[in-house]
Amino acid sequence: MSKSVVIKGGTILNQDGELRADVKIENEKIIEVGKNLKADIELDASGCIVTSGFVDLHAHLREPGKEEAETIETGSRAGALGGYTALVAMPNTDPPQDSVAVIDFVREQGKRAGLVDVIPSGCITLGRQGETLAPMAELSQAGVKFFTDDGFGVQDASLMRRALEYARGLGVTLAQHCEVAELTKGAVMSECQCCTDLGLPGWPAIAEELMVFRDIELVRITGATMHFLHLSTARSVELVRAAKRDGLPITAEVTPHHLSLTQELMASYDPVYKVNPPLRSIEDIRALKLGLLDGTIDAIATDHAPHPRRDKEMSLDMAPPGMLGLETALGVVLAFGDLEIKDAVALLSWNPARIAKVDNAHGRPISATEPANICVFDPELSWSVDLQRLASKSTNSPYVGRTLRGKVRHTIFKGTPTVIDGQAQK
Amino acid sequence: MKHLRSIDELGANGLLQLLQLTDHMAEINQRPVPKVPALRGRTVASLFFEDSTRTRLSFETAAKRLSADTLTFNVSTSSVNKGESLRDTVATITDMGVDAFVVRHKSVGIPWQIEQWTKASIINAGDGAHQHPTQALVDCYTIREATHTTRFDGMQITIVGDIKHSRVARSNIQAFSMLGAKVTLVAPPTLLPPDVSHWPVEVNHHLDEVIPTSDVLYMLRLQSERMSQGHVPTLREYSEQYGLTQKRVATLRDSALVMHPGPMNRGVEMQIDPSDVKNSLIHRQVANGVSVRMAVLFDLLGSGANLGGQA
Repeated sequence: MSKSVVIKGGTILNQDGELRADVKIENEKIIEVGKNLKADIELDASGCIVTSGFVDLHAHLREPGKEEAETIETGSRAGALGGYTALVAMPNTDPPQDSVAVIDFVREQGKRAGLVDVIPSGCITLGRQGETLAPMAELSQAGVKFFTDDGFGVQDASLMRRALEYARGLGVTLAQHCEVAELTKGAVMSECQCCTDLGLPGWPAIAEELMVFRDIELVRITGATMHFLHLSTARSVELVRAAKRDGLPITAEVTPHHLSLTQELMASYDPVYKVNPPLRSIEDIRALKLGLLDGTIDAIATDHAPHPRRDKEMSLDMAPPGMLGLETALGVVLAFGDLEIKDAVALLSWNPARIAKVDNAHGRPISATEPANICVFDPELSWSVDLQRLASKSTNSPYVGRTLRGKVRHTIFKGTPTVIDGQAQK
Repeated sequence: MKHLRSIDELGANGLLQLLQLTDHMAEINQRPVPKVPALRGRTVASLFFEDSTRTRLSFETAAKRLSADTLTFNVSTSSVNKGESLRDTVATITDMGVDAFVVRHKSVGIPWQIEQWTKASIINAGDGAHQHPTQALVDCYTIREATHTTRFDGMQITIVGDIKHSRVARSNIQAFSMLGAKVTLVAPPTLLPPDVSHWPVEVNHHLDEVIPTSDVLYMLRLQSERMSQGHVPTLREYSEQYGLTQKRVATLRDSALVMHPGPMNRGVEMQIDPSDVKNSLIHRQVANGVSVRMAVLFDLLGSGANLGGQA
């Protein structure tokens, strides 16, 4: 029998309101919410919010294939430190997650690490090549509910239509990285005045928006469920808003970095700011934030993309896109997101749990009999990133030297503390 | 000044000072033995990851005339081909005791990125389509020499061609405007950057409209791959619309100057022999390259006291 745990003195935040009470946990479940509770392990939560663990819809854990950048274990630890209890693992591994064998491997490695639920996503097309469908029914039987070729949008409209039709039959969700490849050949940064000055090939907003539009219309004729990954432009938000008004079964996410960093940072020539989709303008950030406020965008997802240092020491055009996100997401969202704490938690936990279809175990209320996947965070604590102390194997965080607000203090996964006082427990 | 990486970074005062210093260097180059001991004991490494004839040779000549030692890094025979990273290459050469790197690279930003891996001064000899500051210095010096003016106030300078992919254009637009010139860009919209509304320039898509009012006509090279990339339909069409033809030369002002950074694409942007143009500065641009680069090296590496003696 595992040791009992009590979280003392915090403010419980649930969808239906707040409550000052202790939370007692035993055998992977919350057994009591009340005053003056006692247990084997006591975790102080004074001044802290106690809420359901976060769920990341978009984490690159790099295993199998690029263990130099991250492993499922190190990525899980980074996740736990960021308050996460579930991570949707992106399929661009090597080999990619387009077979049951790889899906099982990723899930097993997640269990072995035992720090978060690692939820493998599946590829839409074999090898993410955009040519033939992956065995989605087999993968679905192996438990995959979320499919994407992340990094490569499915370019062929006819194939995407078939994928959506097929997905509808299986009851799974397809997620798209929206980018019309012909418009972004060689692109390094957002197409803007700064890219004019730098002489870098620009990434026009319309490359994203055309595919958002196409896929909305494909959802309209197929009726499948679709999720839009990391929206970055104002017009994308408008398109999704209109589609939701029409009642289409779509959801969308935004990353913490697209809410906090702008394209002008590329003028520092530091490849740490190169990301796909690229950092955009302050006007785009404003539109994305409005999209969060009115529910057009359902979730904040990290797009945690570790890269070894030598890869990010390449030139701007050669360096791979992507930045770390798991350990900083909450701090960035509370510092830069202009969100109420409750809305931030909805975007980091409740909503993504639903989209990933893991809301039987994650994003649950803090109340007796519920699974004990819990995040305890101090919403006011200011802090800054120390690259030496990151749990991730990589160090490509763009937030060095920036003050973040809100830090995870404790994380409980399946009743066991994975993080206590900001320290990973294993 | 520690580095020379962009005209912006240099600023108007820095630009004027370097042009003034170039006069001294030009004087040295007139001597029977054009060599001074100013940089004796200093080592300049040229790090050219991209082909270059005039820029590399003029830097090396400049360094030698100032008595600096030179190292030439040849990418095709280097460890870069064995997979050595840029960081390791720079660190390795730094370890040999180098005072300055002259860097050319196809990628934007390399001169700024390598700063963190070396204590040496960095001179940008061209990074992608971004900056080529010594070319801009050469061009400003050449215009000054031809017009006997210090600044370019009121001067109408027209830059023609592939602005979008041109580091020469980006550096020159900054330099010419700093000195007071009015700059007009002439190109089809496909060869202009996506948004130039914040640049201190006018834009015109019709060369014939601006030739009669131009004091300087600056022609840029058009690379043939722009056709396959869909920037222009054919080289013939480009050449008709934007090339310098005999007919267009006839509409130039008597005093108008014609420039080209080289290498020229004869039959494309230059449909005439430059020697057919009365005021072509193209040879002066090459000739001044050495003096300008001597000024840059001396400014970055010299102690300022020993310019006068004989080597």
